Amino acid sequence: MLTLIQVELYKIFRRPHTYIAFAAITALIVVIQTGLKLDGEAYADFIMQTIKQSFEFEGQLLNGYLVCYVLLQLLLVHVPLLISLIAADMISGEANLGTIRFLLTKPVSRPGFTLAKFIAASVYTIMLLLWIAFLALVVSVWIFGTDDLFIVKSNYAVQLSENDVLWRYAGAFCFAMLSMLTVTALGFFLSHFASNTIGPIVATMSVIVFFTILSTMSIPIFQKIQPYLFTIHMVNWKEFFDQQVDADNVAIAGSLQNPKKIIKSALVLIFHIAGFVGASVWVFRKKDILS
Amino acid sequence: MKPFLIFLMLFACLLPGHAQDVKTLLNKVRARIDRVNDYVAEGQMKTDVVFIKAPLGKVKVYFKKPNRFKLKKDGGISVLPKGGVSVNMSTIVNTTDVTAISAGETTISGSKLKVIKLLPLIDDSDIVLSTLYIDADKHLVRKAVTTTKENGTYEVELTYGQYAEYGLPDKVVFSFNTKEYKIPKGITLEFEDGDNPTDREKLKNKKGRVELTYSRYSINQGLSDTFFK
Repeated sequence: MLTLIQVELYKIFRRPHTYIAFAAITALIVVIQTGLKLDGEAYADFIMQTIKQSFEFEGQLLNGYLVCYVLLQLLLVHVPLLISLIAADMISGEANLGTIRFLLTKPVSRPGFTLAKFIAASVYTIMLLLWIAFLALVVSVWIFGTDDLFIVKSNYAVQLSENDVLWRYAGAFCFAMLSMLTVTALGFFLSHFASNTIGPIVATMSVIVFFTILSTMSIPIFQKIQPYLFTIHMVNWKEFFDQQVDADNVAIAGSLQNPKKIIKSALVLIFHIAGFVGASVWVFRKKDILS
Repeated sequence: MKPFLIFLMLFACLLPGHAQDVKTLLNKVRARIDRVNDYVAEGQMKTDVVFIKAPLGKVKVYFKKPNRFKLKKDGGISVLPKGGVSVNMSTIVNTTDVTAISAGETTISGSKLKVIKLLPLIDDSDIVLSTLYIDADKHLVRKAVTTTKENGTYEVELTYGQYAEYGLPDKVVFSFNTKEYKIPKGITLEFEDGDNPTDREKLKNKKGRVELTYSRYSINQGLSDTFFK
């Protein structure tokens, strides 16, 4: 099994288009960081304009933690599209090249083969996420320094103490990993139904875009189905950046406003991953290999 | 008609004396405060605003005569109501360029207090009216209500302890009106969150409070101007 995974990883990282996602993310993060470094105060004033009508701020509002939060808000919506480039190519790419039949002549079980491919795609996803974490958090902290994380939400604002932030990012990245693995599993599942690479990639992107649009629309009939869409659970990494207050309205350090929501969403995503991977194994076992 | 004229004459005779009492009381309060040339105070700040979830923060407050004041959070970001917290004892008890009018007496928390209204004589002053509630026996301001042109009305309640001889409070509570808080989701990038009408109502027209509880003052130790930059 380990050899299979190593072979699949070798194949993934030998392809030039694997690095498109890394290059795109690097370019995007560097451009945003440069923009914020040059004119970040204007951006901070813009997002704080309502609250600054009544309050004065003392401290470094635009710090590395806030920049990382802004980057994650922007990126984690679009990264699924980059992940699908690889995940949706895992089986269909082999079918396109006509190498599946050749691969299956080796003494490897079909479930083992499928799982090895999924694990390899997952390693790619996790490496991409670690790269985002490095650029968005480590580099931003290095460039912008640290201070409290002051997050402006549409209905309220949350101030997280500087020493209460890092564990939240660790939790958020772990949760984001589940979100991205769900996309990986979906793309991987769809890659079983085509013998060209474009179809499953476009299908995965379409599902994500379609579900995301349904998740964001506040139309009552859509709101009824929203809890069943995995895309609405994917964005709950933000719950790590909300905290409870006591009876005196003082924020409780180290608390989470809605831990049950995080657990529920994590379970929904794990269920989706297991479902897509299980379905992939079942489909591939029954698949008539003709290419 | 005759009794009315007698009453009017008596009132006219008493009025300067009354104004003199107010001025004397204010000067006594001011004299106590003027003993302080500068101070550094350490304490804790609690922000209680319905739409801000903020932790308790350690703060340092710097003051230097005549009215230089700076509040710095000991690490972290401090969120302060505009115009409110930066008001210090020296600006609350401003005896120059104001007209002081006695507004009777009242009792707050069992203490009998003199009520004095201060009207600024300068046209471009941001303060429209200040009402001071003064403990006439101890020469301490217990409460001040200030109405400003730009930042609405705020209340300052002061509790004294071991630094009362300098007119410096152990605890200061600022109360102020907050404006309705609502930021478009396009700015906050929260496309996925639903809007709860019940929560929205909670955020409307609530009073905010900032409590500063001082644990220690270092008075008249000499303070560099660099702290106020």
